[in-house]
Amino acid sequence: MRKTLNHKALWLASPALLLVAFTALIPLLTVVNYSVQDTFGDNKFFWVGAEWYKEILLSERFHAAFFRQVAFSAAILAIEIPLGLAIALAMPKKGWGVSVCLVLMALPLLIPWNVVGTIWQIFARVDIGLLGHTLAGFGFDYNYTQDPVAAWITLIVMDVWHWTSLVVLLCYAGLVAIPQAYYQAARIDGASRWAVFRHIELPKLNRVLLIAVLLRFMDSFMIYTEPFVVTGGGPGNTTTFLSVDLVQMAIGQFDLGPAAAMSVVYFLIILGLSWLFYTVMTREDTDAEGRLP
Amino acid sequence: MTQPGTTSRLKYLTPALYILFLLTPIYWLLTMSLKTNQEILSTFSLWPVNPTFENYMVIFTDAAWYSGYINSMIYVSMNTVISVLAALPAAYAFSRYRFLGDKHIFFWLLTNRMAPPAVFALPFFQLYSSVGLFDTHIAVALAHCLFNIPLAIWILEGFMSGVPREIDETAYIDGYSFPRFFTKIFLPLIASGVGVAAFFCFMFSWVELLIARTLTSVAAKPIAAVMTRTVSASGLDWGVLAAAGVLTIIPGALVIWFVRHHIARGFALGRV
Amino acid sequence: MARIDLKNISHSYVAAPNTENNFALKTLNMSWQDGGAYALLGPSGCGKTTLLNIISGLLHPTHGAVLFDGDDITNRPPEKRNIAQVFQFPVVYDTMTVFQNLAFPLRNRNVPGKEIKQRVNRIAEMLELTESLPRRARDLSADAKQKISLGRGLVRTDVAAILFDEPLTVIDPQLKWSLRSQLKHLHAEFRHTMIYVTHDQTEALTFADQVIVMSEGEVVQASSPQALYERPVHTFVGRFIGSPGMNILPCEIDGAFLILADHRIPMDHIEPAAPETARLEFGVRPEFVHFSDEDDALPVSVSAIEDAGRYKIARLLFKELPIAAILPEDAPPLSATPKIKFDPENSHIYADGYLMEKGE
Repeated sequence: MRKTLNHKALWLASPALLLVAFTALIPLLTVVNYSVQDTFGDNKFFWVGAEWYKEILLSERFHAAFFRQVAFSAAILAIEIPLGLAIALAMPKKGWGVSVCLVLMALPLLIPWNVVGTIWQIFARVDIGLLGHTLAGFGFDYNYTQDPVAAWITLIVMDVWHWTSLVVLLCYAGLVAIPQAYYQAARIDGASRWAVFRHIELPKLNRVLLIAVLLRFMDSFMIYTEPFVVTGGGPGNTTTFLSVDLVQMAIGQFDLGPAAAMSVVYFLIILGLSWLFYTVMTREDTDAEGRLP
Repeated sequence: MTQPGTTSRLKYLTPALYILFLLTPIYWLLTMSLKTNQEILSTFSLWPVNPTFENYMVIFTDAAWYSGYINSMIYVSMNTVISVLAALPAAYAFSRYRFLGDKHIFFWLLTNRMAPPAVFALPFFQLYSSVGLFDTHIAVALAHCLFNIPLAIWILEGFMSGVPREIDETAYIDGYSFPRFFTKIFLPLIASGVGVAAFFCFMFSWVELLIARTLTSVAAKPIAAVMTRTVSASGLDWGVLAAAGVLTIIPGALVIWFVRHHIARGFALGRV
Repeated sequence: MARIDLKNISHSYVAAPNTENNFALKTLNMSWQDGGAYALLGPSGCGKTTLLNIISGLLHPTHGAVLFDGDDITNRPPEKRNIAQVFQFPVVYDTMTVFQNLAFPLRNRNVPGKEIKQRVNRIAEMLELTESLPRRARDLSADAKQKISLGRGLVRTDVAAILFDEPLTVIDPQLKWSLRSQLKHLHAEFRHTMIYVTHDQTEALTFADQVIVMSEGEVVQASSPQALYERPVHTFVGRFIGSPGMNILPCEIDGAFLILADHRIPMDHIEPAAPETARLEFGVRPEFVHFSDEDDALPVSVSAIEDAGRYKIARLLFKELPIAAILPEDAPPLSATPKIKFDPENSHIYADGYLMEKGE
């Protein structure tokens, strides 16, 4: 779509910009301010330069949390994207089944995140949980409060439970937008089910899959509440992801300087990723326009 | 070729199993909420042996509990209204015009959607304390604008770009002023987009806890944060915790039911 | 290549149809010759696309059978019917090159690579796509994409019939003409049975040897373009075809006289045998309304003269009956009191909408 040049349009955007500036810019400046200063606790600050950044970037603790974070995001992407796609492909495309599927599948997305944690805490505990009790009954040595492997599996299964529906709904929206003529033409051309998936569905889902991958990546990279409720970062530090670590440092230990420096680093990592997200998205946009009939 | 009947039945097995997987933990929560704490800890049964509404009564009679729901509802509604109202004109500007720094501003807005709430928790606490808004509904509502306004702009821009420009131009030629055109002609055209944007603002404000908990202590404490109280209370009361959990699922379920026809397109953010 | 027979075909989109109105396609029988070029013409919603999809196998008819060369193929899926179809919106496989697109139906049928290459190159040459072969199909223009769709049908050696579902809808007007003549050329070359669905009479009349005019789920007339023009069997066809359409005027008949608005016109060859209750109409195409000075011609008034390029349309009023007449571009100005006559050979009487045979 061709847009007209009109600088007054900035006024239309100004209420939103002012609100976001208030909620985002001021706190961000506070963080940056803290990250270059130190205090002895009597509200007197002095300049320390990049000291905190050095400390964070070189700290074992940050490296470990970062590594855990990347591993977690990679694991849930590797499961949720193919699983969500497979479910969307198998979903009914018309009739009463559609509404039933969509409503039930969207349900986990609207549960407060700490309640998601609570649900899984109750569900997975060995003493009172259906899952934990059943596994223990079959002789598995499953206890997510003590065994790091069990804790990881629990968190990953919980995230799959919580978020796969987002991928399903995105893919479903992409699938129903494919015109019937493509399927009809493929049938007439004698294409196999696999060929239909490979040459029609997958290319047309390109865009929504991209949104799904990036949204899931971002959100899993910021995960805090669910692991905090279920494992509290434990056993030990084995499920202490970046956000959990950051909150511990900032609010638990009140180490303002390092926490602020870590916030800035953390935010820059996400910023880099959102830049990637944005450029890829806009490139897709121009492609899509050129493709319209 | 296999029989069409068997393939379709096998095909539906995947979504059916998935839904079963989704519902089992929720069912377990529901079962727990209907048991007494004693029954939960002493016996293990797949359904409540002596169903009781005792846990729900605890919540409905204790102001500390039910005010949590009211607080959540207040700030979620405030946030939804503020976000959508601020996002509407901004989305229109981004979808129709080029202006100074438009691309950079749009990108900057989106980065806020990507900002980890954990980064903002502490500075938010200090900011809202310093302006005297700590522990108020508006503080949480404003703080959630951080990610909801960018999201709402993004969704609405997608829907608005689907409306041909000729409609605007015709309206201006017919002598409509901008506000009248916007409310009388344009809004009805993107009504489903507004619904989707409101749905997402509701959703993300409703499910967020970290910021909401940081900015409140008593007067505006959200239900989700009240729940963490039982965890620290002496002798964990699983039954009440489960009942509270069930009650937090209900608003979301209701909202989904109302938007069920727009869900698929909505989750694609108007971009399919 | 095949001859196609439709036996008692009808179709309803309602699960349990019980009234006539539930049927998108009412019972019809039809035979199409091998190698013929046919057009299904009618306004949208008349059932023409339904009929096309029944032939291609994308729809299973509620009743009746489809026969290809005498074999009942009603229960065969599209991929087993040896047909090709070109859709309204160009369907190409986005991620493939033009070559891969054209080769796709052959690869799916396990044709050897060498033969694929030969066929694709030959068809690409005929469609003037040779230069585009290595390009990505999604980067091409709409008309090139439609050619690819058509090409995917032409590369196959087993194709019995090619079906077209309003294929020129998204093509630029100036390219429509060239694509259409290319299509005619390809038909002459390959002699595939071709069935072409359209709501555009020009497309139908120029493409087809036989045009099937449909309305409300029924075939109204199936005949050559010339017969549609000269002897429309139903007032619907008269109005739908031609620009402007046929003049259809309410009339009465008294022996050898046609009565139009109380005016008696001798029409010696008319011998109506219509039941007395039938609603009678007189039909004559604007081309067969001539101006005349003879005494028994009808005096008319002129309400407008429209310039339609190579001819002019005179909008006339005879009493309160509107009549259109076609004038040559270079016709002299009309007299102050113009009079008209109808060409008796091309004047028709319709009873309840249907043409009455002459001399019955």
